[in-house]
Amino acid sequence: MAESLEVDLVATDGKVWSGSARQVSAPAADGEIGILAGHTPILSVLRAGEVRVRPADGGEPLVWHVEGGFLSVDSDHVTVVVDAIKAASAATTH
Amino acid sequence: MAGSQRVYKQRIKSTQSLKKMFRAQELIAASRIGRARDRVTMATPYSRAITRAVSAVATHSNVSHPFLVERTDTDRVAVLLIASDRGMAGAYSASVIRETERLIERLESEGKKVDLFVSGRRAVSYYTFRERELAGQWTGHSDAPSSEVAGEIADLLLERFGAPADEGGVAEVHVVFTQFVNMVTQRPRVIRMLPLEVVEGVAPAGDGAAMPLYDFEPSPEVVLDSLLPRYVRSRIYACLLQAAASELASRQRAMHTATENAEDLIRMYTRLANQARQGEITQEISEIVSGADALASAS
Repeated sequence: MAESLEVDLVATDGKVWSGSARQVSAPAADGEIGILAGHTPILSVLRAGEVRVRPADGGEPLVWHVEGGFLSVDSDHVTVVVDAIKAASAATTH
Repeated sequence: MAGSQRVYKQRIKSTQSLKKMFRAQELIAASRIGRARDRVTMATPYSRAITRAVSAVATHSNVSHPFLVERTDTDRVAVLLIASDRGMAGAYSASVIRETERLIERLESEGKKVDLFVSGRRAVSYYTFRERELAGQWTGHSDAPSSEVAGEIADLLLERFGAPADEGGVAEVHVVFTQFVNMVTQRPRVIRMLPLEVVEGVAPAGDGAAMPLYDFEPSPEVVLDSLLPRYVRSRIYACLLQAAASELASRQRAMHTATENAEDLIRMYTRLANQARQGEITQEISEIVSGADALASAS
């Protein structure tokens, strides 16, 4: 199995989620961006949309609805910083 | 004499009810301060991430941004004062207002015109009583600020900083708030918010490898443009949170002292009341004795 990503999802008033994941996808400025382990360092602006995190231990992907922010990837460490966040109702169905 | 005994009793009673109120305020402040400190810790990951990202952009590209450049076209500056909504916090509001006055004096001696933005009802009433014009005011959130309010304040200040000189644009933004050092020490502090000095931007340049070479999506300019307002917002939010924790700590301490003073007063009044009662009894006895003496000598 591929290495996993260390993910931190933070909002203005606290850390929302943190842990290891297989894949993170987020609404980047130019379109949906998907991040797997070994991605090049990137600093991207996020639009409003859905952030999806697929946890490393399998299980259901986690989905949040965000109102813009930014994302940085740096040697398999992903930091998603968002302004406003809301757990999407779709979290259980995807 | 009976009068003075009654007066003391009354004073004891009113001091006791005051003491109850002080004690309640102290407990309220004590219970809220934990939450205020938690909020400070909870906001840390966000501000750390933002600072890192801003540093990354600043070190890896030569992008300039209006927020980073000194403005020379206007001598107007903005000062944001963060004080409390309520009193009963000792010298908390007074000392932060004094610090602001000192800053304004310094800025005015440099030939600058000051636009004052105020958060907290105490400071607002201080300035409206002195008929000073306020460019902006926010009240009702001083002991539990939300990130929305911080965003509102930051947006207005950024708008003024970005505005042209003839439409009330300002060249600098200063913030006066009270830093929460620990439960006993809170210090009024002045920081210059804009133009920004990203202090952390200088450090990573030295140890090269610590900062990876980022790809910027869609471009360094756009990334910086979206990061800097967030950075300012998070800095202002941090100031508000620090001020809230300081306010509650000052209030707890002030109310604790007030409770102790009330106890001292109650003790003193109780002694005086006892003395008055004693005096009354002595007087009554001597009246009876002298009455009996008079009767005895008459017969």
